[in-house]
Amino acid sequence: MRRFALIAIPYFWLLALFLVPFAIVFKISLSDIALSIPPYLPQLDLAKGWEGFTKFLGALDFENFEFLMMDDLYYKAYLSSLKIAAVSTFFTLLIGYPIAYAMTRASEEWRPTLLMLVILPFWTSFLIRVYAWIGILGQEGFLNQTLMFLGLTSEPLIILNTPIAVYIGIVYTYLPFMILPIYSALEKLDDSLLEAAEDLGCSRIKAFWLVTFPLSRGGIIAGCFLVFIPTLGEFVIPSLLGGSNTLMIGKVLWDEFFSNRDWPLASAVAVILLLILIIPIILFQRNEQKQRESEG
Amino acid sequence: MRRLTWFNTTSLTLGFAFLYLPMVILVIYSFNSSKLVTVWAGFSTKWYGELMRNEAFLDAAWVTIKVAVLSSTFATVLGTLAAYVLVRAGRFWGRTLFSGMIYAPLVMPEVITGLSLLLLFIGIGLDRGVMTIVLAHTTFSMCYVSVVVSSRLATFDMSLEEAALDLGSTPFEAFRLVTLPIIAPAVISGWLLAFTLSLDDLVIASFTSGPSATTLPIKIFSAVRLGVSPEINALSTIMIAIVTIGVISASLISKRAAVRQRLEEQQAVRS
Repeated sequence: MRRFALIAIPYFWLLALFLVPFAIVFKISLSDIALSIPPYLPQLDLAKGWEGFTKFLGALDFENFEFLMMDDLYYKAYLSSLKIAAVSTFFTLLIGYPIAYAMTRASEEWRPTLLMLVILPFWTSFLIRVYAWIGILGQEGFLNQTLMFLGLTSEPLIILNTPIAVYIGIVYTYLPFMILPIYSALEKLDDSLLEAAEDLGCSRIKAFWLVTFPLSRGGIIAGCFLVFIPTLGEFVIPSLLGGSNTLMIGKVLWDEFFSNRDWPLASAVAVILLLILIIPIILFQRNEQKQRESEG
Repeated sequence: MRRLTWFNTTSLTLGFAFLYLPMVILVIYSFNSSKLVTVWAGFSTKWYGELMRNEAFLDAAWVTIKVAVLSSTFATVLGTLAAYVLVRAGRFWGRTLFSGMIYAPLVMPEVITGLSLLLLFIGIGLDRGVMTIVLAHTTFSMCYVSVVVSSRLATFDMSLEEAALDLGSTPFEAFRLVTLPIIAPAVISGWLLAFTLSLDDLVIASFTSGPSATTLPIKIFSAVRLGVSPEINALSTIMIAIVTIGVISASLISKRAAVRQRLEEQQAVRS
């Protein structure tokens, strides 16, 4: 009996506040927008019993999904989110890997400090870290002032409110998520493998590509998913740094809900985003499981 | 074998400059006396004074702290419970679903979580305000807490708990006197994680808050949309300072505790 209560409390909490809400999103994505409170139809009328229920089911349709397929704004937003997420994941890896690698080369007593320096930004507000870039990238921002002072450009570069600013923002905020798993994979690496490779005549660079890099693959994959998955539905970065030029699906969903008040369409956008995300999430889980098995 | 080449040193220097320079610039400009954030007009702390007189910000800060304290406390209790169930309860009906529901919120886009919770609250006719934000934050941060706590529980020696049970304590006493003290560091860091997640959240709070409750991130977001403002720089500096002091002192405390434990163990061995 006590065991039942122990399991039931968190179980029902998550059922009620995580799973049921998704069922509601799915239901509303099949409804139509209407001028009522709440602003969609049909609404389930329990007072009418079974007849009310069948009438309710009959009024649900896939119209919103058809609309999402037809209107090019939406599929362009999905495609551009995928592209932005993929490109920025690549650059995060490109920047993050050398940092993680160098951290494992540092002396034993320095490593905890370096690790803390990577984790510290993670505890600082996400919003503030994105906001900091507005002051840097703007037309009269810090970057342009510096470049013009040094005489590198005569005209201010236009970076803010372009996709480039979004890439910078994503790489900046998600860098710790890339560094940490790669660091922990490289940390475990057995140095004698590298020594063996060099004894057998490998150059240092060749030894890196043949030994170190393949052995850190688990960390790389984990880091890439940790950047790619949340970036796909990102809202704060494109809306603060991207201006109206950057189309991302998280922002489309937000506008559809708050500006157009089209709840059924916003729900349909969410359902499709979720379907797209299921594939990388499953791949990520598999990778984690494989890592755990190889360790244990 | 492990040594820093010039390439390693360069990538560390550039990497940490990239991570920290934006925040340093932000902090410096918060002491700028000019209203124009792009022109340096001398040192001044007047924006901090303005901030302290801004009632709207102070109200929002109060709401944010209230929400963060309540939700992180609930999340810690529920998350620890969930971790205990995941690691110790063995098989039960719907276990896969349960662990799925623990891990899914960690990777769920915030816009989807926010939208779905809002639709639930409207569906059951709950008025939006502090309480709905607390419910929403509790739900996603309990998953983080349970991940942190369950990794500690998984490595912990179960025979200690069994010994307590053999010596006649009730399961609850065994949990309170043996398990809880051992997993306490993980529970505390889970609470801290939940607290900062709640302080930081913009998207889910925007969906689930009503006109009666505005949190600090919502307030900052609507101010920032209009561009850079020195008051927001001052506010950001205060928040960065609090986090930095908190994280550094937490790591010093845990380091000292580890050293003390080692000394005690050595003494025990000697005597």
